[in-house]
Amino acid sequence: MVTLQINGQSHTVDAPDDMPLLWVLRDLVGLTGTKFGCGIAQCGACTVHLDGKAVRSCMLPVGSIGNRAITTIEAIGDTPTGARVQKAWLDIEVVQCGYCQSGQIMSATALLNRTPNPDDSDIDAAMAGNICRCGTYVRIRQAIKNAAKTV
Amino acid sequence: MSSPADTSETGALSRRTFLKVSTAAGGGLMLGFHVPAFAQDAPKPTKYVLNPNAFIAIAPDGKVAFQIPQEEMGQGVYTSLSQLLADELDVDFANVTPLPAPPVDALYGSPRSHRMSTGGSTSIRSFYTALRQVGASGRAMMVAAAAQQWKVDPATLRTENGQVIDDAHGGRKLSYGELAPRAAKLPAPQDVTLKADKDLKLIGKSVKRLDTPGKVNGKAQYGIDVRMDGLKIAALAASPVVGGKVAHVDASKLPQGVQLVQLEDIVAVVGTHYWAAKKGLDSLTIRWDDGENGKYDSARMWHEIRETSAKDGVLAKEEGDAKKALAAKDTDKLDVAYELPFLSHAPMEPQNFTVHVKDGGCEMWGGSQVQTSAVAAAAKALNTAPEKINFHNQMLGGGFGRRLDTDMVTKSVRIAEKVDGPVKVIWSREEDIRQDMYRPAYRNVMSASLDRNGKITAWTHRIAGGAVSVRMSGKPLKGGLDRGSLEGATENNYGVPNFRVEYIETPPKALNVGYWRGVAPNNNVFATESLMDELALKAGKDPVAFRLAQLDGTPRLKAVVQMVAQRSNWGGALPKRAGRGICAQFCFGTYIATVCEAEVADNGEVKIRQVHAVIDPGRVVNPDTLMAQVQGGLMFGFTAALYGDITVKDGRVQQRNFNDYRIMRMNEAPPIDVHIIASHEAPGGIGEPGCTAGPPSLVNAIAAATGIRLRKLPIDRDILAGRKIA
Repeated sequence: MVTLQINGQSHTVDAPDDMPLLWVLRDLVGLTGTKFGCGIAQCGACTVHLDGKAVRSCMLPVGSIGNRAITTIEAIGDTPTGARVQKAWLDIEVVQCGYCQSGQIMSATALLNRTPNPDDSDIDAAMAGNICRCGTYVRIRQAIKNAAKTV
Repeated sequence: MSSPADTSETGALSRRTFLKVSTAAGGGLMLGFHVPAFAQDAPKPTKYVLNPNAFIAIAPDGKVAFQIPQEEMGQGVYTSLSQLLADELDVDFANVTPLPAPPVDALYGSPRSHRMSTGGSTSIRSFYTALRQVGASGRAMMVAAAAQQWKVDPATLRTENGQVIDDAHGGRKLSYGELAPRAAKLPAPQDVTLKADKDLKLIGKSVKRLDTPGKVNGKAQYGIDVRMDGLKIAALAASPVVGGKVAHVDASKLPQGVQLVQLEDIVAVVGTHYWAAKKGLDSLTIRWDDGENGKYDSARMWHEIRETSAKDGVLAKEEGDAKKALAAKDTDKLDVAYELPFLSHAPMEPQNFTVHVKDGGCEMWGGSQVQTSAVAAAAKALNTAPEKINFHNQMLGGGFGRRLDTDMVTKSVRIAEKVDGPVKVIWSREEDIRQDMYRPAYRNVMSASLDRNGKITAWTHRIAGGAVSVRMSGKPLKGGLDRGSLEGATENNYGVPNFRVEYIETPPKALNVGYWRGVAPNNNVFATESLMDELALKAGKDPVAFRLAQLDGTPRLKAVVQMVAQRSNWGGALPKRAGRGICAQFCFGTYIATVCEAEVADNGEVKIRQVHAVIDPGRVVNPDTLMAQVQGGLMFGFTAALYGDITVKDGRVQQRNFNDYRIMRMNEAPPIDVHIIASHEAPGGIGEPGCTAGPPSLVNAIAAATGIRLRKLPIDRDILAGRKIA
């Protein structure tokens, strides 16, 4: 049994230590907003926050997490930055198929928490780990800049 | 845990909750959704029948639900088709909820094909008029119901925002919610008048998408997100070679608590969660009997394509006499060949389907671009009737043509047959990439000649490639011609007097081929627009001027080329090893001209600096969605040109995941400016034109930057760095 702090709540799940957080969230806790894309930390669809830092949950063994706070897309809107990012996404219609956007929003929120006024190279560095097959990058970049302005 | 019926919510109302809530609210009947449960057997209509009840439901509180016949896979079709319905029905868009239509061809098939299918950039083209008529018919039923209730002439009434208004009697009003029970009993008028353009309130406006709120907060449900009591998860490995079989499975290390499913060509492990299933699958040692295809590799496949493409093809189009013109003495002639590789779709949501085999059939959940074909595939796998299949279609995490096929349905059903209770079968990314239905490889053998003024006098184009229609239908081509391989090659936009297009099939043995975003124009526009640039160079002309001089017969194309040249500062100064490339195309009913500005580093790396596109798609339903589709389509095409290459060794696809099947990333994404020339012409498709315009504009830009003409995709950085000769 593993106890995890997810979105401010304590969850005890029957999971082996080597089970990636992604599948614990999706298959055991029932939080399906975090997506499976590649399983090898290449696409970022599975991005969540661990103590506010963006991490790829598909390769993160639950046994290594301990008491650190896990935040997922389902709760990121409860944080001021997360809410701003979500609004910026909707304001300029970033989303197409949307499958990667949970991860994009988690990465963008972590970026803005760390760097409130990112320039293009900050955005490139923080977002290059998140693939969007629909090619919404132009709008993601703009939405991050818009969200930064609304502080 | 929620029940499957409720899990189709996307932050909006599901069909069942809609029915429940609205019935509870008013206790009355509503217009709509009185659809026979299994109408698949109904005769296909010879002409489109206006049936508002199949598409529109209105609750007593005025909330409106539309059943959308096309699948939402990111292209915004839930919103754009709702705009068509809502504008003519005359309801407030804030009250609208789009729902997936059930799999019934007779009701929801395209007015063109009478079949449910979302592909080929056809949603708006097929449904533009039909759904406006459905909305108008629904509105007429509301007016008729009010006229009946008030005992007045319907011609004296008008509608506004979900209400019927009687100006002759002090402006009294009845809401659609109040009228729906009465309206539902009236016949649907078949002869309705559509709104005049000046009266349109939603069509042509960038209204907010209806599917996006649930996609930014994790609530949107895709096929892979389906959950229900007792659900098990399966991981699978299908034969890595097409036509191969399982020879032996060593399961001595299989952990406790999981189920092994061994089929003729598939091995799967079923567990309580995906990790258990995957670890179980990884514990197996599987030996495959490769069969004949195990001997194939890319070199052999390309050898066969090149040999076949040297033969005469089947005539697809002929104007004048191109062969004779090219054979004439002293002809200033160019002979070239362009080659494009096999490509994987790689949608972000890996293939998956959830299936519960029971009651002589199955219930299933998943995302498909072909709802009724998915039902047929499941019925065939279970050797049962389609009526025994209950399919709940889900939001698609990308389609791009991959989900026009139903192999994922068949495989999932076959595994589920061996499992007690519902099972969600999930493809790993590796399995998704290696078990795809690939964009065919193509070779284009072309010749063209110029006169003294630099005008094209003759043009021949032989397309050699796999025919998706043959793989899908299992039937040979009629007369050897694959009509699905011709778009983008046969239009003769440049008015060449002697013009000939041939096709020759090169069936790939070790790979299955499928439809891929952009279909035939992917190949044909690349070949055509590459050759146009090569001819311009030969004629000593600027590529834009060279095209414009030959576009008098295609004025809408000429106009977008002129405008994109302006907007992109065509001819303006650029740094060393940077260049601009143009692509002009008319495909999917849409005219688009694109200028790509690219820079080539000394080591051969290519950077796309910026892109300008000007598009004339005729009537536009949602301009912002259209721009998004062009932006995203271009990225999809650029990704293919920069990286896309599926190769085969020992019958096996060599690429595995996003590390070796690369997708462009944020740091590579250029700014993309899209300008729309709207018109009153028939609406064109928008999902694919950007995709097909990307690669030729990029390769033409590279040629402008370096003087090196790349005739094969993906681009070869060794050639650009001078490490290898083209």
